[in-house]
Amino acid sequence: MPDQITLVVNGSPVLVPSGTSVAAAIAIAGHACRTSVAGEPRGPLCGMGICFECRVTINGTPHRRACQVFGETGMDVRTEE
Amino acid sequence: MQQQFDVLVVGGGPAGIAAAVRAAECGARVGIVDDNATLGGQIWRGDSAQASEAVEWRGKLQASGVTPLCGTRVFHQPRPGVLLAEHDEELRVLHYRSLILATGARERFLPFPGWTLPNVMGAGGLQAMVKAGLPIRGKRVVVAGTGPLLLAVAAYLRKNGAEIPMICEQASLNSLARFAVTLLGQPQKIKQALQLKKEVGGVSLATSSWPLAAHGKKAVDSVTISRRGKSATIACDYLACGFHLVPNIELPLLLGCQIRGGYVQVDNLQQTSVRGVFCAGEPTSIGGVESSLVEGQIAGLVAGGRTEEARKLFGARERARRFASLLDQTFRLRAELRKLPSPETLVCRCEDVSYARLQKHVGWRAAKLQTRCGMGPCQGRICGPATQFFFKWNPDSVRPPVFPVRVENLGAFAGQPDPQETAISGGHE
Repeated sequence: MPDQITLVVNGSPVLVPSGTSVAAAIAIAGHACRTSVAGEPRGPLCGMGICFECRVTINGTPHRRACQVFGETGMDVRTEE
Repeated sequence: MQQQFDVLVVGGGPAGIAAAVRAAECGARVGIVDDNATLGGQIWRGDSAQASEAVEWRGKLQASGVTPLCGTRVFHQPRPGVLLAEHDEELRVLHYRSLILATGARERFLPFPGWTLPNVMGAGGLQAMVKAGLPIRGKRVVVAGTGPLLLAVAAYLRKNGAEIPMICEQASLNSLARFAVTLLGQPQKIKQALQLKKEVGGVSLATSSWPLAAHGKKAVDSVTISRRGKSATIACDYLACGFHLVPNIELPLLLGCQIRGGYVQVDNLQQTSVRGVFCAGEPTSIGGVESSLVEGQIAGLVAGGRTEEARKLFGARERARRFASLLDQTFRLRAELRKLPSPETLVCRCEDVSYARLQKHVGWRAAKLQTRCGMGPCQGRICGPATQFFFKWNPDSVRPPVFPVRVENLGAFAGQPDPQETAISGGHE
């Protein structure tokens, strides 16, 4: 396994250690995960796949829970900010 | 894809792993399903997966021939003996003779002003994020809420370079002292406690203390806490806040298992009220890893047909249960916490429903219908336990799917012929 991977968050490459979750990579890139119904920025809450606050679009598939997915090189992540 | 097992275990934490290992040792064909990308549950995750107990049980699991099904989320039981799950958006049809539910627990969240700000997370939630690569070195983390997890999380974060300005525990010093005295009878627990004390030594632990409000614009930058009746504001980069644990009983409820006092009711052999369905670990009582391991083993042995061997573990389970009830007493939520939310505080984060809007309703069902509280993607898993505490509302039923799924997969079971027939013919969907 490579030591570092590069995934793309909202169009910008982010270099992170391998084994980093997409949720952690998004935080490293300085983004929130989504905007709530009332327009508030939201980030991960539970860290274990229950709250769905970290849902984002990964490789074109919407509503993936970023805390449950490990980042991979070339992965395209779009937050729902 | 269709798969057939003698014993199917749902949940890959300590209880599920122990159950799977013991059932497989009895000669059963065993599968273990978990929503997470790896087995180990919330406790054996990241570097904690290297703990000797975790290594030992994972070794046993690997040697046992159990089929692991990770990243697989169970969402429905179309009929007894069959569960439907999703893996990478694909449908999995899992057939079983015996089912062991080891669905674990989650943190209880109590809404207060500002709790929806980014970087306000669960205590276990932040720990899981750090284990998954979130950099924490040099960050200031206020740890708040209640339960033994707070100290463990503070110790972990500190070891990884975080600064912990304060740990706020809502339980009183008296209640913690009683807890400590009772632990004196359990040398293993004392050892763990001393180790923790060493690791969090020097950190200020405030008892009878809880968060009143988190502040910040794009993310939390400070938190106001109540400490023995006085308030103080502390600057922070993260607020790690969880109020002990609540069992994950959605799947047991869906299957019709009887629930008592919020927990899945089981007999001496860990059997639920539903024939062929066992339950082990946190869903039966919040007792931690030891009680999970012993209950899992009992369930696995009974499901595998070795009931006499299971009986030898009853004594160990009794001791573990005493610890569970001690945890319940010590970390019971104080009544003042019912006043945490302001009228504007959002209780349901999925649908942005405020406390004031909920207050008007008589029960969970009415609130759901009128406000959409609990109707978002988390299906009430976060706001449900909060409304239970604030308003004494109880969810009346669980409907499939217990997790959001793709419409194709939802449709797959609605008009599906008897899945058993499909299995026998060996066909795919």
